[in-house]
Amino acid sequence: MHIPDGFLDPKTALATGILAAAGLAVALRQTHKNLPRKQIPLLGLSAAFVFTAQMLNFPVAGGTSGHLIGAVLTAALLGPSAAVIVISCVLIVQCFMFADGGITTLGANIFNMALVGGVGGWTLYHLLTRIFPGLFGRILGATFAAWASTVLASIACAGQLAASGTVTWSLAFPTIAGIHALIGIGEGLITALVLAAIARTRPDLLGLPPETCPTTPSRVPCLTGQGPEGGRQACVDQPSAEKSSTPPSTSTPAPQPYASLLAYGLLITLGLALFISPLASTWPDGLDRAAQSLGFHHLESTTRPLPAPAPDYKIPGLPSGPLATSLTAALGSLLVFTLSYLLAHSLTRQTKSNPKH
Amino acid sequence: MDAPHNPTPTNPSRFSASLKFTAAILLILATLAVPARFALWLLIPLVILCLLVLLSRIPLKPFLKRLLLVEPVLVGIAAFSLLQPGGGGVGGGQLFTLLLLRSTLCVIIMLLLAHTTPFHQIVTILRKLRVPGLLVTTLWLMHRYLNVLLEESQRMRRARRCRTFVPHRSHLWHTLSTVAGQLFIRSTSRAQRVYDAMCARGWNE
Repeated sequence: MHIPDGFLDPKTALATGILAAAGLAVALRQTHKNLPRKQIPLLGLSAAFVFTAQMLNFPVAGGTSGHLIGAVLTAALLGPSAAVIVISCVLIVQCFMFADGGITTLGANIFNMALVGGVGGWTLYHLLTRIFPGLFGRILGATFAAWASTVLASIACAGQLAASGTVTWSLAFPTIAGIHALIGIGEGLITALVLAAIARTRPDLLGLPPETCPTTPSRVPCLTGQGPEGGRQACVDQPSAEKSSTPPSTSTPAPQPYASLLAYGLLITLGLALFISPLASTWPDGLDRAAQSLGFHHLESTTRPLPAPAPDYKIPGLPSGPLATSLTAALGSLLVFTLSYLLAHSLTRQTKSNPKH
Repeated sequence: MDAPHNPTPTNPSRFSASLKFTAAILLILATLAVPARFALWLLIPLVILCLLVLLSRIPLKPFLKRLLLVEPVLVGIAAFSLLQPGGGGVGGGQLFTLLLLRSTLCVIIMLLLAHTTPFHQIVTILRKLRVPGLLVTTLWLMHRYLNVLLEESQRMRRARRCRTFVPHRSHLWHTLSTVAGQLFIRSTSRAQRVYDAMCARGWNE
């Protein structure tokens, strides 16, 4: 989802840059005001953690593998403002050390992944944890929010690419959103498993009372699975200094004042209104805009040497039109929500029925 | 993804970091300003940059590996211009060439910068550019502890292998997520110790 240099036009790059800078400024101000000084190193360590966790490759079918993105995981563990800073830092390091995502598109990437993905995902997570309390609600919320944030960020990304005239909205939107709806399932699953693993050892990091987790405090389950196949579990004694030096609720998210949430909401709405609403309302105009902005609209009437794979802006085999899109989105969300519910149910039951750890 | 590289003091490394930083940004902006008609002219700076990469004697293997990892993304996004209705013709082909050439050029510029400039110098430049202190501190700490956490995750992997079992495929997801969870818990406790150590050494932001 990292947009490389060269795919955004100046106005989109500039607009996303301003929005990202404003969002980052809100996050920095909010964190500066609310975060205790002793938690400042936690931001750097969490950024390093997200980067390291992204290198763990989870095997998917057919020799391919996927990895964690971590926006919702960070937001669930640290709160939205800290998550915006952490994810922005990860993106800056990826840009300058690995050329992963461009420097002129850094604003767009921060807007998509930190603001839309992180804050948007956290809002969903927060709402769901209000409705469903306890560990179950947290896992359910994180799973669904991780999926939704991946899809939302990808839609924002498609909108920016289309607004730049790089791709056609009607073609890019279903393709990019469709691919990320699948990637999002993996992201949701990994987020749920990692949260469940953290809850087994340190429920206080999730803002849960210690009795939710039947872990004995001096022993930390390490590395092996905690599944019903109990024979393969191994435990190590954690050095006691490691435990005792950490006060409980080190990183329980601070209550977020609504002013900053309002600011994030305004920025995200503004961004989505700028990039997506003109495209969504004028479906067939994407190519014309692209052609005009790139200065070859006079070539429009030339004969096509190849048959177009998607004539009339329709993906073959899929219904088109705004109604069908909304219907597909609603059905997809419902399906993922059901899956998240079942996953959260099985993970919490597993934790409860496995009191050895 | 590679472990963070270790820039060697070779030719482009002799210049100051801020010069390289400015040059890279100017080059990228110049590349982006090239209109679609002159797309093929971008081949000239591409060849020059490739020569510069060879002359700079930076290790080629990690450089090419990064480039090969990023390139499919570039081709993938650029290919949209061929697939769109009316694409495949002159317009689509021209747009495809432009997008692919200029994004590849930008990636090579950024990789050249990354391989000749240590990241802490870039953070110093960011600080001079008045990037807020909290962000700079976070970047510094992140860069400092990246290798530590990578080693930690490798140690955990080694420990798992030593303890004799090859996890079943379905079990692997569970195992890997436990590793990630443990990594986070260790990061938080390490953050606490780092804070204590920073205070002991007179840290004051």
